[in-house]
Amino acid sequence: MIRLSHRKVWHALALAALLSQAPAAIAQHVTAPNATGPVHTTAPLPGQQGESVAVRADTDRARAVREADRTAAEYQQAAQSDADKGGMPQLDFGNPLMISQVVWLLIIFGVLVFLCYQFLLPPVAEVLENRRARIAADLDAARDARAEAEAAEAGRRDSTARARAEAQASVAAAAQAAQAESAARAEALAERLNKQITEAEARIGAARDAAMGALREVATDATEALVQRLSGVQDKAAVQAAVQRELAARNLKTAG
Amino acid sequence: MAAEGKTIDALSQFELIPVLGPVGRAVGFSQSNAHMLLAVGLISALMLYGISRRALIPGRLQAAAEMFYEFIENLVTGQVGHEGRKYFPFVFALFMFVLFGNLIGLLPYAFTYTSHIAVTLGLAATVFFVTTIVALVLHGKKFFGYFFPEGAPLWLAPIIVPVEVVSYLSRPVSLSVRLFANMVAGHVLLKVFATFVVLLGGLGMIGPVAALLPLSVNVLLVGFEILVAFLQAYVFAILTCIYLHDAVHLH
Repeated sequence: MIRLSHRKVWHALALAALLSQAPAAIAQHVTAPNATGPVHTTAPLPGQQGESVAVRADTDRARAVREADRTAAEYQQAAQSDADKGGMPQLDFGNPLMISQVVWLLIIFGVLVFLCYQFLLPPVAEVLENRRARIAADLDAARDARAEAEAAEAGRRDSTARARAEAQASVAAAAQAAQAESAARAEALAERLNKQITEAEARIGAARDAAMGALREVATDATEALVQRLSGVQDKAAVQAAVQRELAARNLKTAG
Repeated sequence: MAAEGKTIDALSQFELIPVLGPVGRAVGFSQSNAHMLLAVGLISALMLYGISRRALIPGRLQAAAEMFYEFIENLVTGQVGHEGRKYFPFVFALFMFVLFGNLIGLLPYAFTYTSHIAVTLGLAATVFFVTTIVALVLHGKKFFGYFFPEGAPLWLAPIIVPVEVVSYLSRPVSLSVRLFANMVAGHVLLKVFATFVVLLGGLGMIGPVAALLPLSVNVLLVGFEILVAFLQAYVFAILTCIYLHDAVHLH
């Protein structure tokens, strides 16, 4: 992946370098008349020095040389090399300032690297580390507070649930007790009623038995009186048995 | 001074001039080196003064210092990984030195030391030697395996090895020429259009009106050059990181 991005970057940069060199080439064309013009092609002779100084007065180098109080020979040399190099001071490697520039560059850049390692970057790292630690601590505190709040919330929910359960349990217990009580009362009532029914039935049975006993006596007496009147026979035992038989048959019939 | 002779002199701005009087001339101290010192001073001031309050909530300067720090730190750790952490100050120094060189050069009367091929080549050579030494120290002889990827058929070696060696050696060249060409092109364009402003401005009645055109071009160019200043410093730093990645991981 890194390889790929490397390639991409490389291609993009190569293109950028090509594009960026185009204006430089154009610029060189623009400046070409200056570099190849009559001023530069004729190297100034010692006798014509005054004139050439006047003509070349527009370059910084000429100014610098004048300010630096160089000798005429030195100036001529500088002007000659100026003309030779085709106008680009960066490519004038004959200039002694070029070498010293690189030497000073290495010294100054070395100092900067040393400063960066020793003095410039450690405080920034410290500040950033402090901030990171502070933010982490604050985040931890916030996380703790949230956990605490969640625990409290859970406790509240717990106690609410417990209270609700308790209430429901007591309601259920009360309902159960009431139900049991009413059931017991109903049972007692049913028992009493049953007893009364049983008693009443017993009474009815007794009354019927008594009525049946009285009926046999009345029937026997009436039959005996009828038989005596009609036939003059007085057989109490036979009448009694006949009435008994007839009643039992009727009784069976009614019972059946 | 550029338009005094009615010609366009776009290159004299790159001339090296000794400064600091006779002492500077004796040790070859040019205005280019003076601007390097200025850049180092400004970088140090930004980082030291910006961070001096060590505030939890940064002010503007501190935020700028921290922004540069974190930007380059992310660049280094993103490209090289955590092993690259110890090269971070080097990349930071490189980025800031190039960036401040580019930016200071945009100020009037200032000199752009990154527009000198000797300077950019010096920096690129430093990067080249640092990465090569890092690779040699970390991997010893195995470093030379970098020039012949594992698994390639052996009969391709006569082709692959020279190609890899040439591409490795051309790194400092491309690194330095890219920065140099960008800065020179920008400054030449600025100077050319600035000269147009002066030349057109002297054309009597319509002069000032006509001069507005190259002037507005220059305004746009300055904005573009600020972008280029950041972009080229970034490119220099990220390519250094990529080379460091190759040095640390060998592919």
